[in-house]
Amino acid sequence: MDKTILLAHGSGGKLSHELIRSLIAPGIANDLLNRMDDSAILDISGRIAFTTDSFVVNPLFFPGGDIGKLAVCGTINDLSVMGASPLYLSLSLIIEEGLPTADLEKIMHSISAMTAATGVRVVTGDTKVVNRGSADKLFINTAGIGSVPDGLNISGANAQPGDQIILSGTIGDHGVAVMAGREKLRFKIPVESDCAPLNSLTADIISFGQAIHSMRDPTRVGLATTLNEIASQSQVDVVINETSIPVKEAVNSACELLGLDPLYVANEGKLIVFAAADQAQAILNKMQQNPLGRDSAIIGEVRAKHSGHVVLKTAVGASRIIDMLSGELLPRIC
Amino acid sequence: MINEIETRLARGLIEEIHRNSKHPVRLMEFCGGHTVAILKFGLRQLLPPTVQLFSGPGCPVCVTSVRDIDKIIALSQQPGVITATFGDLLRVPGSHSSLQQSRAMGNDIRVVYSALEALDMARQCPEKTVVMIGIGFETTAPTIAASLLQAQKENLRNYKVLSLHKITPPVIQALLAAGEVRIDGIICPGHVSAIIGARPYDFIPSRFNIACAITGFKLLDILEGISSLVKQIEEGRAEVVIAYRSAVRPEGNLTALSLLDSVFEVTGAEWRGIGRVARSGYKINNTFREFDAAEFYKLSPSGQGEPAGCLCGDILRGVRLPADCRLFGRSCIPEHPVGPCMVSAEGACSAYYLYGGLNG
Repeated sequence: MDKTILLAHGSGGKLSHELIRSLIAPGIANDLLNRMDDSAILDISGRIAFTTDSFVVNPLFFPGGDIGKLAVCGTINDLSVMGASPLYLSLSLIIEEGLPTADLEKIMHSISAMTAATGVRVVTGDTKVVNRGSADKLFINTAGIGSVPDGLNISGANAQPGDQIILSGTIGDHGVAVMAGREKLRFKIPVESDCAPLNSLTADIISFGQAIHSMRDPTRVGLATTLNEIASQSQVDVVINETSIPVKEAVNSACELLGLDPLYVANEGKLIVFAAADQAQAILNKMQQNPLGRDSAIIGEVRAKHSGHVVLKTAVGASRIIDMLSGELLPRIC
Repeated sequence: MINEIETRLARGLIEEIHRNSKHPVRLMEFCGGHTVAILKFGLRQLLPPTVQLFSGPGCPVCVTSVRDIDKIIALSQQPGVITATFGDLLRVPGSHSSLQQSRAMGNDIRVVYSALEALDMARQCPEKTVVMIGIGFETTAPTIAASLLQAQKENLRNYKVLSLHKITPPVIQALLAAGEVRIDGIICPGHVSAIIGARPYDFIPSRFNIACAITGFKLLDILEGISSLVKQIEEGRAEVVIAYRSAVRPEGNLTALSLLDSVFEVTGAEWRGIGRVARSGYKINNTFREFDAAEFYKLSPSGQGEPAGCLCGDILRGVRLPADCRLFGRSCIPEHPVGPCMVSAEGACSAYYLYGGLNG
């Protein structure tokens, strides 16, 4: 293999085949992908969840993960929070010529590690190489399909007054880790990204069925914006307590230094569950038994008003409305 | 996010302020960082009605004049220039455009966290000229000064700085001398004071008989500052109290101050809403003239001045609150800002809009 990816690797000719056979396909091989047909034929029945996401993170490698891990986990998580059991993924790579082959190899390695760990299979894919400057090193798109069990009715529009809001752990880890991973920041922040596949955590609680009203993973836009989305979709008010939201000390300090609010900083392995009040404690207990949900906590509840506001009760007893994130000044983080 | 002990201490300080405050007082928080923190903590809801807080001109992006913004945009359009800037500045509207729009038109504008990143760019792109936009108070100026010293050492002639830095005490003096608003006490900036120390504020109690407290940005810091001001005013005293002892010494940070001295000279500066204030800006001195973008590029943009109806100027002087502006929350929102106070994370309008929803 060449040391760097060349335009010719995306030509569709011999070099493309060599790249795919030697570097891209081996780690993610399975009988469906191996057929190398123009599309994969899948045998599925029942309700299907279908989603897609593109990943443009800078830098490609950050403490606790890389763009490959992110691309697999991101799509698995979008399926999982709808109650679906993730089955198949597509994987599309847009590579800027000049990307070190070793980098691509490392990224493919984390993709295969994640698919192996979750049992989700990549069944179709595409590779393109573009001129230098037409992309930033590597962009990945993944789409995913999962099957949704009967008896579930999970949606951002289903939050009900009285619902308890459960958060699966500390916030802001991913955003801060990526910012720390940017070589240009001249200080070290001891935080790793929380990037993780949430399908085992959601599978653990799916048996609670209709008691789970809404689930979402608070990714790029952070906890505050995700709660706002649900409050507005469900036309309810949400009240959360500052003191019950777990934040790592290092994340807190880094946010202070960078002028950020952890409520608006990205996560890639956290789950928010809006659960019926009478089942919330049992769901919380179940989540705490999963390593990914060890620090789960009830952080607030849904109120009956219809203004779509999210209100934060501060530690000293004041309240303020927390709005959606406005604008975007941060580096690309997912 | 604060812990249990801090919460308990905070409650104690709030009670103390309630106990001590008998007469109505108006306290100006100079710094935009304080405005944001006060609103974020919901402090206004917790203080007695006798204590009124309002913001001052302490948001570096906000006080940059439209003319200077136009100058920066014109600079970004010069051939062969990479403009390095802090993120907040990107969206500030000038007379015709913004840096963000200039970037979308294909000009090379990059967001940096520190001037040292811009210096790296100059090293890596010798065929380009990297211009660092020097905006900020005494806090950001020392790192820009350090970058200039380094550029001189390495003879990096393709590195330039457009210095629009501002100096805090002279503008406070201008506000007090104008006497436009009643100010009983000043919450002095935390980070600026870590550089300049406490002494430059001595004229405030001695000439104007106004109490000062230098505080940090945590809940306890701010409460301690407010408590000290209330106590001083009730007892008829006016002093400069340091309620931020972990970071501020009376004499300031001598290393940073000597950096400033070696690179800059003090000059008059244009403040949005306030006008020209003598000895309130830093200009690159003669020794470093070859790194001065203002010298290198002769920029005289044709500006139209302030956007119609925008009250940023009055808000920066503490004459009005954001809610007094008829654009606030209507045609001027963070997604579509009309004036700079709605753009910057430290801008009073943005802070009131984002955090002030519940009688903040």
